Amino acid sequence: MQRELLKFALFAALVLVVAPLYFQGGYILNVLVFVGINTMLAIGLNLLLGFAGQISLGQAAFYGLGAYVSAILTTTHGFNPWLAMIFAALAIGALAFVIGFPILKLKGHYLAMATLGFGIIVYIVINEYVDLTGGPSGFPGIPNLSIGSFSFDSDMKNYYLIWGATLGVMLLAINLARSRIGRALRAIHDSEVAAQVLGINARLLKVQIFACSAMISSLAGSLYAHYITFVSPSTFGFHFSVELLTMVVIGGLGSIYGSFLGATLITLLPEILRTFHDYDIIFYGALLMIMTIFLPGGLIQGGTLAWNFLRKSWGGKGGADA
Amino acid sequence: MLEVKEITCVFGGLVALDKVSFTIRPGEITGVIGPNGAGKTTLFNIVSGIYSRTAGQVLFSGRDISGLPPDQLARLGLVRTFQNIELFGQMTVLENVMVGLHTKSHCGILACALKLPWHLAEERRIRARALELLDYVGIADLADDSAASLPFGKGRLLEIARALALEPQIMLMDEPAAGLNSRETWELGDLIRKIRSSGVTVVLVEHDMELVMDVCDAIVVLNLGQKLAEGTPRQIQDNSAVIAAYLGEG
Repeated sequence: MQRELLKFALFAALVLVVAPLYFQGGYILNVLVFVGINTMLAIGLNLLLGFAGQISLGQAAFYGLGAYVSAILTTTHGFNPWLAMIFAALAIGALAFVIGFPILKLKGHYLAMATLGFGIIVYIVINEYVDLTGGPSGFPGIPNLSIGSFSFDSDMKNYYLIWGATLGVMLLAINLARSRIGRALRAIHDSEVAAQVLGINARLLKVQIFACSAMISSLAGSLYAHYITFVSPSTFGFHFSVELLTMVVIGGLGSIYGSFLGATLITLLPEILRTFHDYDIIFYGALLMIMTIFLPGGLIQGGTLAWNFLRKSWGGKGGADA
Repeated sequence: MLEVKEITCVFGGLVALDKVSFTIRPGEITGVIGPNGAGKTTLFNIVSGIYSRTAGQVLFSGRDISGLPPDQLARLGLVRTFQNIELFGQMTVLENVMVGLHTKSHCGILACALKLPWHLAEERRIRARALELLDYVGIADLADDSAASLPFGKGRLLEIARALALEPQIMLMDEPAAGLNSRETWELGDLIRKIRSSGVTVVLVEHDMELVMDVCDAIVVLNLGQKLAEGTPRQIQDNSAVIAAYLGEG
């Protein structure tokens, strides 16, 4: 318990203190803000996929809904952005709860198809409902978040804001994973029948965690909208749902820190592969194949293996492992 | 305690169970036996809510429980174990039992995520209780091992401890001696008697006749989806129909 907290504190210090000192601003800081947003999204999906073992190919839809609800409420209707953000998360959580009951009856490929279908429906609605969303040309002029006269208008300020939120979500997810709810979710993952026989209402719990995951995505969407101040449908398409899935799988299913590693890699990769233009998709494919064959536990497993190897070969005393 | 009334189960054209009726008395150990394909496991799956019946009724303490989902039955006090022990392999032995204590704890998602003080108190209580249960079945020393690493016999004990965590009134055990050596089977017999004397009614499907005849107070014999006989172990051993079913007409 203590060690878990220490690990988290170290991680938070690294993110909040060391990184901004090193990257004073500009392009790299902007990328790191996206690492934060994607980490939050990956954790949301990981709760569902890594813990409960339920796939979702519609996460980008909840992300997009969060962004658009915030955008429309604040820009068109002049709501307070913080209230709009909370309202969006609650409303989208409720929506996920309602659609979760029929959808999560499905398993495996069928669940993937149903969530994919949901994602596409949301994408089409955002794209076509031009009066409300601005359609394919996007929705400009979203205000930055602010507290009193202090406005989160720079990359650095948003870095702290968004990483603060991400670390909060991370801590909650770590707590949840180590609680009776986390155990029940892993039980459902291992054997749904065995979990049910032990009195766990698997159906309800799956729907609840689906709603939580949607709320986290919605929160990330709202933060994104207020950071970039412009949203357009193409950000929230099927492609991004697949990217999120890749982050979670590559990082390590069921590992919160793994989600951070996966999100970091998948966010930085396109920046690194920019010179290859459209051929970068080949790298994604190859990466996913190599990872699932050689490191099915994800980057976090690779990290643990490397750590144990170093510890053994140096004969030093160990600290907290990954 | 548990009353099975004219339960019928049809899979496509195959009648797996044909109007099977019997009553299980509280505080007894009842064995359900029969040759392969007699419908024993199907019967268990229906009683525990995993399969749905075609016709008939299951009454538990006078209440009609047929068609209720397994998690609801578990909360009512009816638990079961599986022939191929269904452990949660990614968890430790202790955590497996703690999952069994899920219904004995109540913190919701928010309380768990925020680590509220009563959640921590509850977590400590569950952990202590889980250790007690492991001690009860005699594997407390393995608490921190991975459940997947347990030898089959210990895994069986873990599954029993996990089921007992629900404080059931009735416990259905599907072939608990399957895969155990004779020493483990003998110890299992003792454990089953110990469970009964703690006030839990036990029903077991079992192929190991020595165990069945040794521990059971009553026996129900199924053959080809129908009830063939019912009685004490003594009566069953002398029943010519049962002997014929097991050994062929002679």
